[in-house]
Amino acid sequence: MNVTEDSTEQSGNSLTRELTQNPLKKIWVPSSTNGLPDRHISQRKVCMTNCPTLIVTVGLPARGKTYISKKLTRYLNWIDVPTKEFNVGQYRRECVKIYKSFEFFRPDNEEGLKIRKQCALAALNDVRQFLMDEGGQVAVFDATNTTRERRETILRFAEQNGFKVFFVESVCEDPDVIAENIVQVKLGSPDYTHCNTEEAVADFMKRIKCYENSYQPLDEELDGDLSFIKIIDVGRRYLVNRVQDHIQSRIVYYLMNIHITPRSIYLCRHGESDLNIKGRIGGDSGLSAKGQEFAKSLGQFIQSQNIHDLKVWTSQMKRTIQTAEAVGVPYEQWKALNEIDAGVCEELMYEEIQQRYPLEFALRDQDKYRYRYPKGESYEDLVQRLEPVIMELERQENVLVICHQAVMRCLLAYFLDKTAEELPYLKCPLHTVLKLTPVAYGCKVESVCLNVDAVNTHRDRPSVRLTDTQPLSIIITLQTLSSFFINHILGNPDVL
Amino acid sequence: MSAEQKELTQTPLLKIWVPGMGSSLGQRRGSSRPQFTNCPTMIVMVGLPARGKTYISKKLTRYLNWIGVPTQVFNLGQYRREVLQTYKNYEFFRPDNEEAMKIRRAYASNALKDIASYFTKEQGQVAVLDATNTTRERRGVIINFAKEKGYKVFFIESVCDDPEIIEANTMQVKLSSPDYENYDKEEALVDFLKRIDCYKMSYVPLDEEKDRHLSFIKIFNVGSRYLVNRVQDHIQSRIVYYLMNIHVTPRSIYLSRHGESELNLLGRIGGDTGLSSQGQKYAKALAEFIRGQSIKDLKVWTSHMKRTIQTAEALGVPYEQWKALNEIDAGVCEEMTYEEIQATHPEEFALRDQDKYRYRYPKGESYEDLVHRLEPVIMELERQENVLVICHQAVMRCLLAYFLDKSEDDLPYLKCPLHTVLKLTPLAYGCKVESFYLNIQAVNTHRDRPTNVNVARKPEEALQTVPEHL
Repeated sequence: MNVTEDSTEQSGNSLTRELTQNPLKKIWVPSSTNGLPDRHISQRKVCMTNCPTLIVTVGLPARGKTYISKKLTRYLNWIDVPTKEFNVGQYRRECVKIYKSFEFFRPDNEEGLKIRKQCALAALNDVRQFLMDEGGQVAVFDATNTTRERRETILRFAEQNGFKVFFVESVCEDPDVIAENIVQVKLGSPDYTHCNTEEAVADFMKRIKCYENSYQPLDEELDGDLSFIKIIDVGRRYLVNRVQDHIQSRIVYYLMNIHITPRSIYLCRHGESDLNIKGRIGGDSGLSAKGQEFAKSLGQFIQSQNIHDLKVWTSQMKRTIQTAEAVGVPYEQWKALNEIDAGVCEELMYEEIQQRYPLEFALRDQDKYRYRYPKGESYEDLVQRLEPVIMELERQENVLVICHQAVMRCLLAYFLDKTAEELPYLKCPLHTVLKLTPVAYGCKVESVCLNVDAVNTHRDRPSVRLTDTQPLSIIITLQTLSSFFINHILGNPDVL
Repeated sequence: MSAEQKELTQTPLLKIWVPGMGSSLGQRRGSSRPQFTNCPTMIVMVGLPARGKTYISKKLTRYLNWIGVPTQVFNLGQYRREVLQTYKNYEFFRPDNEEAMKIRRAYASNALKDIASYFTKEQGQVAVLDATNTTRERRGVIINFAKEKGYKVFFIESVCDDPEIIEANTMQVKLSSPDYENYDKEEALVDFLKRIDCYKMSYVPLDEEKDRHLSFIKIFNVGSRYLVNRVQDHIQSRIVYYLMNIHVTPRSIYLSRHGESELNLLGRIGGDTGLSSQGQKYAKALAEFIRGQSIKDLKVWTSHMKRTIQTAEALGVPYEQWKALNEIDAGVCEEMTYEEIQATHPEEFALRDQDKYRYRYPKGESYEDLVHRLEPVIMELERQENVLVICHQAVMRCLLAYFLDKSEDDLPYLKCPLHTVLKLTPLAYGCKVESFYLNIQAVNTHRDRPTNVNVARKPEEALQTVPEHL
C-alpha cells in the first residue's frame, strides 16, 4: 500500500491535517498547513470507474440503439456521471446535407462507404475530446457498428486512448416492434422530410437490407473477451459478458430494468399543508382545508383518467399520505420520497433563515444543487436517495407519485433531462398534476392544474448573488468571511 | 373534515402515518414499504455437483433476509442425509438405481411440501430449492407444483467447465461434508467425481430456445458471462443484479468504528464531533495495523462525519466518503445522553427497548431504515476486493449482520466496541471473523437490552444497562 508524498510532513504531528467543513456541501476536508484544501481525498459517493468508458451500440437500423443511447445518457447524467452521446447518423447528415435514398448505404457504394467511415472517425475524434479534455466520463457511440472490422477500429482507438469499451447490442426480429420503431422515430427523421409515409417506409426497409448481409452479431465465443450486453427482443432476454467495473454493472442493471410498454407517470405534490400556508419549509404537518379539497379533486381526476392498473406511491410524511387517502386506492409509502431535509432550517420561514443564517442563505442561492443544509441534505443527496425510486419507476407501468417540491424537481429533471443547474428551479406548483408519457426519444408533458387555490412555494433564483459586487451585510464577521473565501472561492474543486 | 378523510395517526414505534381510530387494520391501504413481489417466489437452482449452487443459495438467502425479504434454503442433500443417515458411496446416485430413485423422489417431494408450508404458515416470501435439478423432467415437476400453488419460479443455473474451479470447490466444501466423514481425502475425491458423472449423462441445461418461457439466469464460469431470460418482477431483478455483482476472488473486509470521539466520552449519542485524544491514538494505531497487514490494493471508505474522516486521515492513503455510511440519525435525541432521553422521552426510550430494530427516533431513523440506506454499500462491497470501512456503531452492526447472517433481533445488540478492527474473510459457505483490539483505551458505548422494557418502568430500570461516561 502506498504512503503519500505528504507523509514526511505528517508523521511528526500528533494528528494529521486539520479538518474544516466546506461551507457549501458540508463536507469535511483536510486543509493542509498553508490553509488551502487538499485534493487528496475522493468526495464522490462512489468511484464509478477509474478511466473513461466508451459505450458502443451495435445493431441493425430501427433496433432501438438511439433510444437506448439517449435514455442511458440521460440516466447517467442524472446520477452525476458526465455522459454524452455521439450519433454517427447526425455526423452523416452534416456531411451529406441532403439524403437522397437508401442507395447511399449500399455496401458496394464506394463513395458512400468513404463518407460513412469519415463520419465515424470524426465522431470518435469528438469522443476523444469529450473524454480527455472536457471532463467527460462516459461517451456513447451510437451507430450500427455491425461488422467486426468496424468494432476492431473502435477497440484500437479506445486502447490507444486508455478508454474502457462496453458494447450494447440490440437484436430484434419481431416485425411489429421494428415497424413501430420506424413509425415513431424514422418517419420524422430529417432524412425523410421530403417523402410521404409509404415512400419513407419502403426506403427505410431497403436501408436495413443494406446492413443485413454484412451483419456480424456479437458472439459469445468469437467475442468472448469483450465486455458487452446483448439485448434480445426488447428485453425478453439478455446476454451479459465480462462486466469490468461499477459503472458497467450499473449500466447493465439499468438496461435490464427499462421497457417500452406504453404507460404514463403522474407526478404531483401533496395538497397544500398547514406549514405551506405559514410559509415555513419542511416539517411534517397535515393538509390545510384547500389541501384537502385538492386531495378530493385529485381522486376525481384519477378516476376520470381511467388508468389501467395504477400504482400510487407516497412519501412517509403525513401530507402525502393524507392526499393519497383521498384517492381511495392502495398506495405504497416510500421513505426515499420524503422531502429534502432542511436540517437546522426545518420549519423556518425564508425570512427567518435569512436572519439567523445569512451565510447559509447566500450559499444556497450560490449553488442550490450542491448546497447542503447544516445537518440536512442537498439536492445532490436527494438525487442519490431517489435513484432506487427512478429504477423502480422504470420497471413499473402506470404510476402516480405523490411527493414534495424538491423531490418532484429531481424526478422531473430525470424525465425531462434537466441539468443540475436548472433542476432546483423547476416549477412544481401545488395542486398541479404533471402527466409524463414517453414518446419517441423523449417525454411528453401535460400539466393539469386542478383549479384549487394554493399558496405559491416557488422561490426563483435571485438576480443578485454572491459573485456580484454586492457586499455581504455587517452580520458576517471578518473571520467567517476570510475562511469563507479560503474554502469556498480559492481552492475547493467541488465548488468551482 | 369530511367522513372520507380519516384522521391519520403516527404509529409510535415505526413513526408511520396510518388512518387512525375508526378504520380497521384490514382497510389500511398504505403499505409502509415498497412491495418486492406480490406472490411467493421459488428460486430453483440448476447444475452439476460442485458448481457453487449451495454457495449461491446460502449467499442469496443471506442477502434477501438482510434486505427484509423472508427467505429460506431447502437443501435436498440435507433431506437425503436425514432419510439415509449414512452415506455409502456414489452408487446411490446412479441413474439406474431404481430403489434410490424412489427414495430421492420421495424426499424431493417432502421438500416441496415444506416449501408450501413455509409460504403459507411461516410468512416466507422466497424459498430457494438447492438441488441439482438437472433434468427437464424434474424441473417440470417443480414448475407444475408452483403453478398449482400460484408461486413464481426463477431458475438459477451455474455452468462451469473449468476443472480447476471444480477441484477447488470440491476441496473447500465437499471433502468436509458429513457424507465423507469416514473417507480419507483421496477416496472421497474419487467417489465425488464418480458422483458428478452419474449426473452428467442425463444433464439437460436450460436452453434459450426450449426454455424461453421460463424465467432464469444462467451463470457461466463463475460470472464471466450471464444469460438472463424473462425477469418477471422487482425481486427477480434485484436477485439478478446481486448475482451479477458477487465474486469468489479471495479478499478481506476490515470493519472498524471511528476512534473515540468527544461526544463518546460524554456518553452522548450522534452529533458530528472530532476525535478525543484517545481516538487520535487509535487512528495512528489503526494506520500501523493496516500497514502491518500488507494488504494489496486496499480501498478505504468513511462516512461524511468528521470522526471517521479524521480516523482515515491518519492512514495517509486516499479514501472515499460515503454519506450512506453516516451514523443512524437519532432525530430529536441527537447529542443527548441516555439519561437525558429517559428524562425527556421516557416512552420513546421504552419503545426502543421493546423493538430496537424497527424503532424509529422521532424525526430520525430506525435500524431498518439504516439497512435500506446501506444496501448500495453492501452491493459495492460485494463488487470490491480488499476494503477497510471506517464507520459507526449502528452502521457497523448492520454491515456485520449482513456478513454473519444475524437476525433482526440480534442485529441491534451486536458488540462493536471502539478501537477494535474486525477482519472478515469469506470461507467456504460463510465468513471467518478475526477481532483485533488495538490496545488503546476507550469508553464503552454498548447498551444491552434492560430487563424491564415496559413503558411504565422506573427510570433506574430503564438506565440499568447504560455504560459509564463522564
